Amino acid sequence: MGLLSDPVRRRALARLVLRLNAPLCVLSYVAGIAWFLALAFPPLTQRTYMSENAMGSTMVEEQFAGGDRARSLARDFAAHRRKSGALPVAWLERTMRSVGLEVYTQSFSRKLPFPDETHERYMVSGINVYGILRHLAASTESLVLTVPCGPDSTNSQAVGLMLALAAHFRGQIYWAKDIIFLVTEHDLLGTEAWLEAYHDVNITGMQSSPLQGRAGAIQAAVALELSSDVVTSLDVAVEGLNGQLPNLDLLNLFQTFCQKGGLLCTLQGKLQPQDWTSIDGPLQSVQTLLLMVLQQASGRPHGAHGLFLRYRVEALTLRGINSFRQYKYDLVAVGKALEGMFRKLNHLLERLHQSFFFYLLPALSRFVSIGLYMPAAGFLLLVLGLKALELWMQLHEAGVGPEEAGENPPHPLTQGVGLASLVAPLLVSQAMGLALYILPVLGQHVATQHFPVAEAEAVVLTLLAIYAAGLALPHNTHRVVSTQAPDRGWMALKLVALIYLALQLACITLTNFSLGFLLAASMVPAAAITKPSGPRYVLLSPHCRARTPPHGFYLTRSSSPPGASAPPQGALRCPAGADEPSSYTPGQLVPVAGAAGGTALPDRGLAALPGHAGPGRAGAPHLRRPALPTAGSGPLPLLAALLERALLEVTEAAGSSPRSLLPRK
Amino acid sequence: MAAPVRIFLLVLLLLGPGGWGRAEPPRDSLREELVITPLPSGDVAATFQFRTCWEWVSHYRLFPKALGQLISKYSLRELHLSLTQGFWRTRYWGTPFLQAPSGAELWAWFQDTVTDVDESWKELSNVLSGIFCASLNFIDSTNTVTPTASFKPLGLANGTDHSFLRYAVLPREVVCTENLTPWKKLLPCSSKAGLSVLLKADRLFHTSYHSQAVHIRPVCRNARCTSVSWELRQTLSVVFDAFVTGQGKKDWSLFRMFSRTLTEPCPLASESRVYVDVTSYGQDNETLEVYPPPLTTYQDVILGTRKTYAVYDLLDAAVVSNSRSLNIQLKWKRPPENGYIHYQPAQDRMQPHLLEMLIQLPASSITKVSIQFERALLKWTEYTPDPNHGFYVSPSVLSALVPSVVAAKPGDWEESPLFNSLFPVSDSSSYFVRLYTEPLLVSLPTPDFSMPYNVVCLTCTVVAVCYGSFYNLLTRTFQIEEPRKGGLVKRLANLIRRARGVPPL
Repeated sequence: MGLLSDPVRRRALARLVLRLNAPLCVLSYVAGIAWFLALAFPPLTQRTYMSENAMGSTMVEEQFAGGDRARSLARDFAAHRRKSGALPVAWLERTMRSVGLEVYTQSFSRKLPFPDETHERYMVSGINVYGILRHLAASTESLVLTVPCGPDSTNSQAVGLMLALAAHFRGQIYWAKDIIFLVTEHDLLGTEAWLEAYHDVNITGMQSSPLQGRAGAIQAAVALELSSDVVTSLDVAVEGLNGQLPNLDLLNLFQTFCQKGGLLCTLQGKLQPQDWTSIDGPLQSVQTLLLMVLQQASGRPHGAHGLFLRYRVEALTLRGINSFRQYKYDLVAVGKALEGMFRKLNHLLERLHQSFFFYLLPALSRFVSIGLYMPAAGFLLLVLGLKALELWMQLHEAGVGPEEAGENPPHPLTQGVGLASLVAPLLVSQAMGLALYILPVLGQHVATQHFPVAEAEAVVLTLLAIYAAGLALPHNTHRVVSTQAPDRGWMALKLVALIYLALQLACITLTNFSLGFLLAASMVPAAAITKPSGPRYVLLSPHCRARTPPHGFYLTRSSSPPGASAPPQGALRCPAGADEPSSYTPGQLVPVAGAAGGTALPDRGLAALPGHAGPGRAGAPHLRRPALPTAGSGPLPLLAALLERALLEVTEAAGSSPRSLLPRK
Repeated sequence: MAAPVRIFLLVLLLLGPGGWGRAEPPRDSLREELVITPLPSGDVAATFQFRTCWEWVSHYRLFPKALGQLISKYSLRELHLSLTQGFWRTRYWGTPFLQAPSGAELWAWFQDTVTDVDESWKELSNVLSGIFCASLNFIDSTNTVTPTASFKPLGLANGTDHSFLRYAVLPREVVCTENLTPWKKLLPCSSKAGLSVLLKADRLFHTSYHSQAVHIRPVCRNARCTSVSWELRQTLSVVFDAFVTGQGKKDWSLFRMFSRTLTEPCPLASESRVYVDVTSYGQDNETLEVYPPPLTTYQDVILGTRKTYAVYDLLDAAVVSNSRSLNIQLKWKRPPENGYIHYQPAQDRMQPHLLEMLIQLPASSITKVSIQFERALLKWTEYTPDPNHGFYVSPSVLSALVPSVVAAKPGDWEESPLFNSLFPVSDSSSYFVRLYTEPLLVSLPTPDFSMPYNVVCLTCTVVAVCYGSFYNLLTRTFQIEEPRKGGLVKRLANLIRRARGVPPL
C-alpha cells in the first residue's frame, strides 16, 4: 500500500525502471514494428462490410448499354482535341447540351511557382466544362462524376463514357440528387479551381471565374481515368491530400459492384489475394499494405479525388488498366459499375458517415481499423515515454542509482531543474521549424531576384542554407546548464524534447497514420539513443577543485570516445579519482579568463560567464559548465524542428504547397 | 291532405337556391383555367388555376367550408399557402407566372381586430396542417418572421400594418400525393369533371417542378367595388421534362403529359378554359387534343378570349434573353444610398434572422449577397434523427416591380385570364414578379451518435472510476489501528458476565 508515497518503495521502483529501461525500450520498439507487419494477417484484418443502410443491398438493375455511343463520343473528343490542341470546350458544351444537361464553363488561371519544364510556361490557364443533370427536388444535394484531362490526349475514353452515362442517366426519373458531370483541364489544377469556385473560397491563389450553376452540397464524387477502349482491370485509388481517406463505405460500394459485374479490381495495382491459408496471400497483402502506407505518407493526392476530400466530399478515383491479360472488359462493363454506384449513392439520405474514415487496406476486401493499427504507433511512442520516464527518475532520484544506493547522495537535491533556462532553446528550435516552413518560399523569390539561379534550384539552395544555419544551433542553445549539477541541464532539455516529440508524433499519427508511423520508426531510435558526447568539458565541482591551483581554474576536455565516456550520472559527479590531478586528461588544460571578466571564449561551445557565488561558497567564482555543446541541443531540437514543419504542413488547411497541384507528368 | 302540402314545401326548399341563382347573378362563382406553355428549354409547363368567389353572408355553395370557417375563426384577411417540390429554373424556363419556394411556404395577414397575432398564427398553422396533411405544425417562432418591406397584401386592404403579417417557410417539406388529395377535394368538382380530371397524381409527381398553392384574399365584386367577396385561388404548376416524358421530342399532348384527356367541363364552373402558348412556335407542329377544340384565337393565343398574352411573351423573348447573355459582375461594396435595410437579428431558439434589403439594381448586372456564418454545435436533443443530412436554410425571396417593355392594355381585371390577375397591378408600365432562390443545405458539426461514440463515453467512465481507486491505492498509506478497549456498554456487559460467571466478551 502507498506504493508511490513510500520513499523506500519509490526508490525501489525507480531502480527497477532505471535498470529495465533499455530492454523495455528495445522490446517496445520491436513490438511496434512487429505489430505493424502483423496488420496484414487475418486476425488483425477484417472483412469489409457495408455499414450504410441506404446502400445495403445491391438490388439495382443496371441498364446502361451505351458502349458504342461512348466509344464514338471518345473518338470525336480525341479528334477535336487533337485539332484544337486544348480541351474542345465548344464541342463539349454542345454535346452535353444535346444530351439534356445544363452546361456551364469556368475559366481559371494560375501562375506556377516553377516553370513547366516541358513547355517553359509560368502561367497555366484552362477551362473547365461541367453539365448538371437536374432532378425533381430543389438542388440541395449532388453527386459528381469528374474526368480530369491532362495536357496530352489521354483520358478521352473516360470523357466518352461519362457523356454516354449522362445521356443514359438523363432519361431516368429516379434521381433524387443532382448529378454534375465535370471535365477539368490541367488535371488537378482544374479540379482545384472548380472546387474552390464551387465552395466560393480561394486558398491557393487561383484566379477563376465564378460558377454560374450550382447544385447544392456535394455528397460524393468519383473520378474516372480511362485511356483505352477495353480494360483488363479497374484500379481504385483512395489516398487523398495529406493522407486523407474517403469513407470506407464508398470503397465497399465499388467493391460490391466489382464483384457483381465480375470485374477484375485492384488496389495499388495488386490483385486481391485469393488464398489466405498459405503464406502467399498474407505476403501479398503485406506488399499492398506497405504500398498504401508509402502512398499515404507522401501526402500527395493519388488522383483527382484527393482534392475533394478536403471539402468533406467522399471521393475515389477509378483507373482503367489495360495490361496483357487475356480477358478484357469493354466500356459497358465499366459503365454498369458506375451506374450501379451512382444509383446507390442516389439512395443516400445522409452523407456517408457510418463507416470508417481511418483505415489501412491490405487488400480490397480487407481493412484494418484505427483501433487495431494505432497500437503499432503506440508501441513506438512508448519508447519515448520510457526514455522520458528514465530521465525524470534520474533528475529526481539522481542519488539513487543502482550502484550507490547505499551511500548518501553526494548532492543535496534541493535545486530543481531550471525550467526557465529551457525556454531559450525551445524557442530557438520552434523558430527554426517556422523558418523551415516559411523561408523556402520567401527565399525562392529573393534568390531568383538577386542571384542567377532557377526557381527550382532556389528552393533547394534556400533549404540548404537553412540546414547550414541549423548547424549553428548548438551555439545558441548551449547555455542550458544549472549551476550545481551540470548534467541536469541536458537531461531536462532532453526530457522536454522527448515529450514534445512524442506529442507531435502522436498528433501526426492521428491524422495521417502512415506518415506518423514512418517518422516514428525512423526518429524514435535516434531520439532515444542520443546522448551528449563529442567535445565535452567537465566542470570541476567545488570539492574536486580543492586541490587545484588556487589562482586559476581549469577545464578538462574529455577526449575519450563517446562510447567509452562515463555514463551521465557518473559525469555528474567527480570521478572516483578526481581528487588527483593526474586523473585529468593531460595536455588538455584550458585556462579560463578571470571570473570577473565574463568574456566568452572563442572556442566552440565554450563560454565563461560572469561568476557568481555558488551556494555556500560565497565569492568563489566558478564556471558554468559549458553546456555539452551537442548535448541537450544535439540533433533533437533539429528533429523537432523538422517535425514541426511536417506537422504544420499537415495541419495547414491550405495544406498543399502549389507544387502538389502541378499537372502530373 | 296534409301530406301533399308537406311534400310540396320540401320540394320548394330544395329548389330554392337554384331558383335564386337564376333570378339574380350568382354570388358564388367558379372559374377554371389551364395554361400550357412550351418552355425555351423544350420542357412544357402547365399551370392550373381555379378561382372560387364567395360572398361572406351566403351559404357554402362552392367555397369549401373548411376554409370558410378558418377565415371567420381566425379573422384572416389573407392567406397564402404553397407546397412545392422542385425549383423553378428561371434561367432556362423564363419568368414564372407564380413561383414558390421549395418546400412549404405560408404567409397570412390577420384583421386588425386580432389581439394576439402569434397565438392565432400558431393555431392557424396547426389547423392548416390538418387540412393539407403537411407538416405545417412545425411552424413556430423559430422560423416565423414578420417582413416589413415585402409581402404586401394582394387583395383589398385598408392599411398595411406589418405587425399583422406572419411569414414562414419549411424548406424540408416534401410534397406528395397526400398533399394533393386534400387540395383536390377543395375544388367544387373535385377531380370528377372539368380541368381537374387531369390532376392524376402519378403523372404530376413525375415532373421537374410541382407546385400547388392556395390563395385566399378579399376582392371587389365589381368594377365600382361596391361590395367585397372572398376569392379562393387554387393554383397548381407542373413542368414536364421533355427528356423523360417526351423521350427527347418536343411535341406533346395532353394525353402524353397527364395520361388523361378532357371530356367535359365542370358543370359548376362559369368559365373553363385552356390557354396554350404558341407564340414561340410555328403553326401546328404540336398535336393538341383538347375539348372543346380551339375556336377563338387572338393573335397567337389559342382558346383565349382576351389578348393579354403578348406582354409575357415579349418579355420572355427580349428582357430575359438580354440579361441572360450579359455577364458583368458587380459586387456591392456597400448598399446604395437610397436603399432600405431592415435587419432583425436572431435570438437563439426563439426567432430566426431576417434581413430585408430594398436595392435598386443597375441594368445588366449581377448582384451577390453573401452572408457569413459560423458553424456551431447544437444541444444534443436538437439534432434531427438524420443529423448528417444537414440543416436547411430557407430560400430567400426577391420581389421586384419590373418595367415592361411593352405597355399592357389596361383591361377589365375581372375578365382577364386568371394567370394574369393574381398580383394587383397599379399601372400598366410594369409588372410584378416574385422569385425565390434555392434552399441551402448546410452541414453542421455533428457529434458521432454511433456505436464508437458510446464506446468512448463508456470507456472514459470506466477509466475515470478505475483511476480514482488506483490512485488512492497507490498514494494512500494504510495503518492497522489497535482496537480500543471497548465502550461503556461493553464494560457493563462484562461486569454482568463476571457476576454470572460467564467469560467476558
